[in-house]
Amino acid sequence: MTDAPEGATERSWPLWEVFVRGKRGLSHVHVGSLHAPDAEMALRNARDVYTRRQEGVSIWVVKADDVTASSPSEKDSFFDPAGDKIYRHPTFYDVPEDVEYL
Amino acid sequence: MSTMRNESLPGAAENTGAAPGDKPYAGYLLGLADDAMVYAQRLGEWMTNAPQIEEDMALGNIALDLLGQARGLYPYIGSIDGSGRGEDDYAMQRDERDWRNVHLVEQERGDFADEMARLLWFSAYQVELHTALTGSGDDVVAGVAGKALKEVRYHLDHASLWVVRLGDGTEESHRRMQAALDRVLPYVAELFDDDEASVLAVDRGAGVLPSSLHDRVEGRVAAVVAQATLTLPDGSRWRSRGGRSGIHSRPMGYLLAEMQHIARSHPGATW
Repeated sequence: MTDAPEGATERSWPLWEVFVRGKRGLSHVHVGSLHAPDAEMALRNARDVYTRRQEGVSIWVVKADDVTASSPSEKDSFFDPAGDKIYRHPTFYDVPEDVEYL
Repeated sequence: MSTMRNESLPGAAENTGAAPGDKPYAGYLLGLADDAMVYAQRLGEWMTNAPQIEEDMALGNIALDLLGQARGLYPYIGSIDGSGRGEDDYAMQRDERDWRNVHLVEQERGDFADEMARLLWFSAYQVELHTALTGSGDDVVAGVAGKALKEVRYHLDHASLWVVRLGDGTEESHRRMQAALDRVLPYVAELFDDDEASVLAVDRGAGVLPSSLHDRVEGRVAAVVAQATLTLPDGSRWRSRGGRSGIHSRPMGYLLAEMQHIARSHPGATW
């Protein structure tokens, strides 16, 4: 299969990351990934795979290759330094009861 | 709407006008329901057989939409033809000669290009059909059509995207997509035959004349085919006919056997 031309086999379909907005006012949330030959088909596949129970009102698809991700090996240097800086958390305020999605 | 004559019909009841025992009108509605039911069965065969699991889902969703359209009509048909039958009776207990679907939907599943060619024609037909039927004088038919219209527009979109990609893809995909368009064509004309039942349904202000849909359906298909750098084949000498009067082709019996054998082996079973 190594000499197959680009796009000639099903295995060569690129991977797409799917983000769905559950309802107006919410952010798009990553729900999973899928394979598709191009962006337009990825959007349709996402509709069929991830919103068949009315989960969303808007979909984004992003080519997985275009996502630059932090590496698990960098976890210590990336995230641990924030661990002892509790003054960055809004824990010293009372949150009003009616505020949603906080 | 030029294809509907409901406004000029004195005496045509506003709601259904359907008296129990009205078999000809029931026959027209059976054509609509059976097309959807049989094609749902064929499309369901793609589950685990499509090129990707994502396409399994897409074709499965389309099949379920069509199944829903049939389910919306069968119990209503049972109230019109006087039999009082329900959806399971129509789907699972009828023999081949009692089915009124066109031959197009009963043909065996070929390769993926064959299915996209068939879906392109059938969904383009359904878009025009249900657009017209939303103006039906029969409230039930208009309701089913209104719901179905949103669904079938998506089916047409799905088929169009694939036909364009395969037609305007590689040399191999172009050749196979063109061959699929050629193979499906002899089964297309039957969709637009004005049989007795459809003429009668038009007269009562409830149906649409199939032939009146032809030019717009062909226009939709031709636009996609052109974009796909493919050629719409000329009409073939042989063409299918007979489905609307219960005369079917060889694959129909096998389809019914597979679809019905559980229900017939265990009559009345429920879960």
